[in-house]
Amino acid sequence: MPVPEATQRGNLKVYLGYAAGVGKTFQMLADAHAAVERGVDVVVAYFEPHARQDTIVLIEGLDVVPHRKLDYRGRTFQEMDTDAVLERKPRVALVDELAHTNIPGSQSTKRWEDVQVLLDAGIEVWTTMNVQHIESLNDQIWQITGIQVRETVPDWVVRQAAEIVAVDVTPEALLNRLKRGAIYKPEMAQKALTGFFKGSNLGALRELTLRQAAHEVDLRQSAYDKTSGFQVSRVSESRPDETAGDKSKERILIHITADSSSAMLIRRGRRVADFLHADCLALFVHKTAEITDLPAAEREAVEKHLRFAQNLRIDTQILAGQDIPRTVVEYARRSQVSQIFVARPRGRLRQRLLGRNYAEDIVRMAHDLQVTVVADRSRRQAS
Amino acid sequence: MRMPCAGISLDCFHQILPLGLFSIALREPSRGFTLSLDDCTMRVSELPRPSPERLLLQAQAEENKRWGARLKIFLGYAPGVGKSYRMLDEARRRHERGEDVVVAATQLQQSEDLQAILRKLELVPLLQKPAGQAVDVEAVLHRSPQVCVIDPLAAMNPPGSRNSHRWQDVQELLRNGISVLTSVNLLHVEEYKEKVQAITGKDTAETIPKSFLLAADDIVIVDVPTDLCLWRLGEKLTSIGISNSQERQLSELRELALLLTAEVVDAQLESYVHAHGIEQVFGTQERFLVCITPDSNAQAMIESGKRNKERFQGELHVVYVCQRGRPEDDSSTVETYLEAARKAGATTEVLESDDPIAAIAEFARQRRITQIFIGHGSHENWRDRFFGDPVLRLIRAAEGIDVRVFPR
Repeated sequence: MPVPEATQRGNLKVYLGYAAGVGKTFQMLADAHAAVERGVDVVVAYFEPHARQDTIVLIEGLDVVPHRKLDYRGRTFQEMDTDAVLERKPRVALVDELAHTNIPGSQSTKRWEDVQVLLDAGIEVWTTMNVQHIESLNDQIWQITGIQVRETVPDWVVRQAAEIVAVDVTPEALLNRLKRGAIYKPEMAQKALTGFFKGSNLGALRELTLRQAAHEVDLRQSAYDKTSGFQVSRVSESRPDETAGDKSKERILIHITADSSSAMLIRRGRRVADFLHADCLALFVHKTAEITDLPAAEREAVEKHLRFAQNLRIDTQILAGQDIPRTVVEYARRSQVSQIFVARPRGRLRQRLLGRNYAEDIVRMAHDLQVTVVADRSRRQAS
Repeated sequence: MRMPCAGISLDCFHQILPLGLFSIALREPSRGFTLSLDDCTMRVSELPRPSPERLLLQAQAEENKRWGARLKIFLGYAPGVGKSYRMLDEARRRHERGEDVVVAATQLQQSEDLQAILRKLELVPLLQKPAGQAVDVEAVLHRSPQVCVIDPLAAMNPPGSRNSHRWQDVQELLRNGISVLTSVNLLHVEEYKEKVQAITGKDTAETIPKSFLLAADDIVIVDVPTDLCLWRLGEKLTSIGISNSQERQLSELRELALLLTAEVVDAQLESYVHAHGIEQVFGTQERFLVCITPDSNAQAMIESGKRNKERFQGELHVVYVCQRGRPEDDSSTVETYLEAARKAGATTEVLESDDPIAAIAEFARQRRITQIFIGHGSHENWRDRFFGDPVLRLIRAAEGIDVRVFPR
């Protein structure tokens, strides 16, 4: 087995599931035991202390780096001790629950940030997460389940993984585990049955996970082909325009405003750009190129959206322009944008009176461009 | 060799008695689509109809249900992913929980792990015939267990057997109230045979129809990284991710298997939605609806639709929209568009209505469309000037759906 050099960045492997209890941690630990048998130096860097009994049993026989204990508001919490893992310097570190937010006072805010530190130090990391924690799927998850997922992981973190493994189980088996109390304690299980685990949620999330995993597998094939010049008779037919060169390369421009729908728009734009292998830019237009003269609340919202876009690896730009829709459309023409993403107008009259949604004006003006009016997925229809 | 296999001692097994909401839905075979719109507002040129074979399988699934028999299929993208292990481990757990389990067919080659499990289970030996072996259906029926394991599913029975294919044996067991656990490789699904052959050069005569998978009560994909899959087949272990051309090929199969499973799950979801009268479940699959009008740049829109369908592994619908009392394209032009659409893998329909925008919005809701493609309006006729740009009206009407407006 090739051992990475000390300076080489570690590989990341993600076990992807669709709900708590599908068996992500279990499979990760089972794979770890198999690796240990082959002589690989594996440590458990973080596991949920409240995990299920049959999972905890699997920790036995594996080397565990003790958790860091932190007191916060009179209670003791456990976090991964990143420094201790670095010092131990294993070949592979297991880090459960990638989407976890650390307790205030920890070294970093998010666990995925700790994982970056380990990867940078050349340690291979295996981790677990559910599909609903992928940032760009946030609105779709809300639309499907009605549940707002707060802890998310930026898509690029998942994208950098060398390997994604789908952990699949039938919803029926999952529900049986839940009813038997194998996932949550009885009172929580009852709540879960009427919430996240209810009705069509599990089926929809499962389908989403399988499609996401297929997409991730596909991306890694393209990446491999690019570096190796490998040619395979492609059956998934997902790049029909490869020979067409850059001419067919799409460029997506996201029009950011202070409106809260911008977050949704950024996520959707990012996702579509990923699937179409398109460039993605975001633009905010204001009367002057300085946004400091905006009212405080508005400025904060815009800055938040710009930061969010940058966090999803989207180039952002602020332009001065009196006529906002015109400035957006002209910028799009100048920058060879093929598609403009705008948010769907909300509440016809009010929004029009406030003049804060430019979707219709942009559609009217950009006769020579494609304009995608993105639905507000944060508002669910009756189901 | 130890199999680091998925969810091994987790309780994948399900009881047959307590049927939660979900399990009832999953037992519904998926149905063909029926239009509930008034015929006079919508003319439909091509309705997707389930094949006779599919209908037959659905009818059989219905019948099995009465007896409480369930079919669970473990799907893998190649040998070595660990399907047999995961399936037999579930059989073992069921046996330990008191279910009456027998094994009626096993793979020829068995790892030590598999043998260890098999020793704990009751076997019904294969029927030995001069030309080969077959599941001893009669013996299994006579023994009448609750659950029967058949590994693998895809096999041809020797001449003179009760059924020509093993999957037909499985149907017979299900009809007699015996639940079946079985495993299959992507290569052995008839509709994928050619694709797999194109990638790996491997061919097989032993296949099962895809409709058999779609009619299963449960399907589970056993997904494993390609390096581990090859390692289990005796190759040298590489680092994670795609490291060589062999893994690259397997990765292609892996993607296909994940998408096939997603498709089966989607069919189950649709039945669930149907059974529970939920009007709309927001899509996990991208579904594109391209609306062609007499004024639009049909070719560009269909091309883009095709590209999006391929990239998102989604569905493509193309409708030709005409409004009563307005000039239409001549029918040969329309037919050319629709033919191009079908060639691009779309289902096509013709919508005719006094209010095309409402018809499109309604159609989109029914088909769980996630993106509508439409051409920029022309602003040329009095009607649009009076009622407003139809595109803007569609944007307002299509709540929850993206609308992508194309240059004319």
